[in-house]
Amino acid sequence: MKIIVSVKRVIDYNVKVRVKTDNSDVDLTNVKMSLNPFCEIAVEEAIRLKEVGVASEIVVVSIGPNAVQEQLRTAMALGADRAIHIETEMQPEPLNVAKLLTKIVESEEPGLVILGKQSIDSDNNQVGQMLAALTGWPQGTFASEVKIEDGKALVTREVDGGLRSLSLTLPAVVTTDLRLNEPRYAKLPDIMKAKRKPMEVKTPADLSVHLKKHISQLKVETPPQRQVGIKVDSVDALIDKLKNEAKIILRKLG
Amino acid sequence: MRESMEFDVVIVGAGPAGLSAACRLMQQAQEKTMELTVCVVEKGSEIGAHILSGAVIESRAMDELFPDWKAMGAPLNTPVFSDELYLLKSETIAQKLPNALIPKTMHNTGHGLDNYVVSLGNVCRWLAEQAEGLGVEIFPGFAAAEILFHENGPFKGSVKGIATGDMGVTASGEQGPNYMEGMELHAKYTLFAEGCRGHLGKQLIEQFNLDIEADAQHYGLGIKELWEIDPKKHRPGLVVHGSGWPLEGDTTGGFFLYHLENNQVAAGLIVDLNYTNPWLSPFDEFQRLKHHPVLANHLDGGKRVAYGARAIAKGGFNSLPKMVFPGGLLIGCNAGTLNFSKIKGTHTAMKSGMLAGEAVFEAIAEGNEGGSELNSFSNKFKASWAYDELFRSRNFGPSMHKFGPILGGVFNFVDQNLFGGKLPITLHDNKQDYAQLKPADQCTKIKYPKPDGKLSFDKLSSVFISNTNHEEGQPCHLKLKDSSLPIVRNLPIFAEPAQRYCPAGVYEVNERESGAFFQINSQNCLHCKACDIKDPSQNIIWTAPEGAGGPNYPNF
Repeated sequence: MKIIVSVKRVIDYNVKVRVKTDNSDVDLTNVKMSLNPFCEIAVEEAIRLKEVGVASEIVVVSIGPNAVQEQLRTAMALGADRAIHIETEMQPEPLNVAKLLTKIVESEEPGLVILGKQSIDSDNNQVGQMLAALTGWPQGTFASEVKIEDGKALVTREVDGGLRSLSLTLPAVVTTDLRLNEPRYAKLPDIMKAKRKPMEVKTPADLSVHLKKHISQLKVETPPQRQVGIKVDSVDALIDKLKNEAKIILRKLG
Repeated sequence: MRESMEFDVVIVGAGPAGLSAACRLMQQAQEKTMELTVCVVEKGSEIGAHILSGAVIESRAMDELFPDWKAMGAPLNTPVFSDELYLLKSETIAQKLPNALIPKTMHNTGHGLDNYVVSLGNVCRWLAEQAEGLGVEIFPGFAAAEILFHENGPFKGSVKGIATGDMGVTASGEQGPNYMEGMELHAKYTLFAEGCRGHLGKQLIEQFNLDIEADAQHYGLGIKELWEIDPKKHRPGLVVHGSGWPLEGDTTGGFFLYHLENNQVAAGLIVDLNYTNPWLSPFDEFQRLKHHPVLANHLDGGKRVAYGARAIAKGGFNSLPKMVFPGGLLIGCNAGTLNFSKIKGTHTAMKSGMLAGEAVFEAIAEGNEGGSELNSFSNKFKASWAYDELFRSRNFGPSMHKFGPILGGVFNFVDQNLFGGKLPITLHDNKQDYAQLKPADQCTKIKYPKPDGKLSFDKLSSVFISNTNHEEGQPCHLKLKDSSLPIVRNLPIFAEPAQRYCPAGVYEVNERESGAFFQINSQNCLHCKACDIKDPSQNIIWTAPEGAGGPNYPNF
């Protein structure tokens, strides 16, 4: 069975996000970029399925400018077999991403598509669901466990207050939650080998997808700065502050 | 048995020295159409993540390495257009020094050498791209954790390569779920370019007695911040230096403030680590310094973007150890090639790397199988402009230490401007920096003002914007030879100065019922190496944490 994993290049989770001075977007100049952690979990899951003999080939796909090839190489160093880079300078909106992936799915005919449940930059949590809708495949989102048995994907989902177990008929779409697995480190020789693994570059036009802009970002703002605390010298002063400044006591106490 | 890989040359550290060596090696291999395998390991999560420098760089080495660097897009975009030098006399008063009175080496304009205000991190990123284009294998996120030696055979005792650190080890030293054993990287020659006080370089100097004929190495601790300032105040290429307040008495050091591109300003303070007062905190000195009008005029209304710290080796010529040993070389700041009289080290570090690349290539091309001590490097280095300028500046630091900042400055003016560095005197300063601390009760306690949150900040909010991270649950990489010494010796005598010299708040002395205890918050570590240098008991050993740990500096 072939598995497709889509991955996204995002701002590294260690980096403290800064907003551009004109509030148009997050400032990404000179900032460290990485593989989205949920996508890394998706890659790891695919590799594990290949290690137990369920998967035969892992294809990673990413959408964006040339720089995303770095993340595709990382995924291949971890164990993916080949990569497809869909080249575009356009901000990847969820619906556009899902449409492009649908085309890839149509031509590659995988048994399973694994995606991160969301990217840590835009936090949309939409692509997996949209892809399932466009392909008409069953979906198991927020997976914390995935087993493949007799043409079915047994997916344990993390839902509010518990776990929900699903059986999906393959081919299917699975999105990963944080607890699905702990990704491995890439080994030096594998990083070297990854440089020679095949990387196919396509454009949205090659896939006959017209990218339409549906969303425009109006403004990005940092959360308001927390005021420094003060010490008050008496209980009365505290009550006064709570009543008149914080306005969280509305009536006189007692 | 660990897995191993074979290369012709392994280079530890992707800074200016290591990357220049890598580029030079490959350039020659291409000229001679010879196959050569070169690998660079870098502990930072990406190239440039651990690079911290002012930086004003002299383009001389770059001109030699890539004569076409401008057309190739090297990020040297902002030529220095004006130099200002101040002596701060108090927290509000400053005297601007006229150009004629400044030692020539400190001039950044008007002597025929081109100087640029740069982000050294970005310069390294560019150099790494060139190196990869030339065929060098670069591995960021892999720390060289130990030196490997040939245990027998014709090269017995010589350096065989390095081993990268194990990943996924738990705090108690066991193998975690994603454990990955380190790898051995073997090479004919291994170049150590870890920067100032590299933890492997330190071992090599000891093991091969490389510093036996050198004076003690001297260090400074550089603290740097990147600011985005009011565009109206921005003057790209303006370079401001100064010394004096708030450093007092026998504490020496100096500040810098450089206008880069895109409304950014780099500001910092270098405090010489031979200071004597254990109450001193280089971090807090810098925070209060920024309130001086000379700096505040630039920074007021701006926003701090990034913070970091790094030790620099400033002993210069007299402290330079032997740079060759069987099977390898020590290059750049790992040896100590910085020219403090120019407050610059990139050009000399790059030059030392390029010469190492030439010497190693020639040896390998002649069929040398490794393990030798490459004296050809020493000869090349002695014949180079880098050596000449370090020689001319050899008295600069010692005169400051000996005569103080004022008279030392006069000496340097006479030596550099009237004699071109050729006064037939060599001053020596052989006292180790860590041995300079006086007992705390003999020194004045320093009361630092509270940060205002606009110009000055506390340590933790500063470390926050260094983007520092170490993978949780790994063993502490800051080792104590004797875990009792901080409380038993350092605390009563020196009031445990680690609490103050560490610019990242790694070290704390806390109280609990059983008494005081020494806490190490190693996850905050900026890899500056100040603790390894300044601990009066020489009890703290800096080792490499799991690869990719440490700061993630942007354009530093």
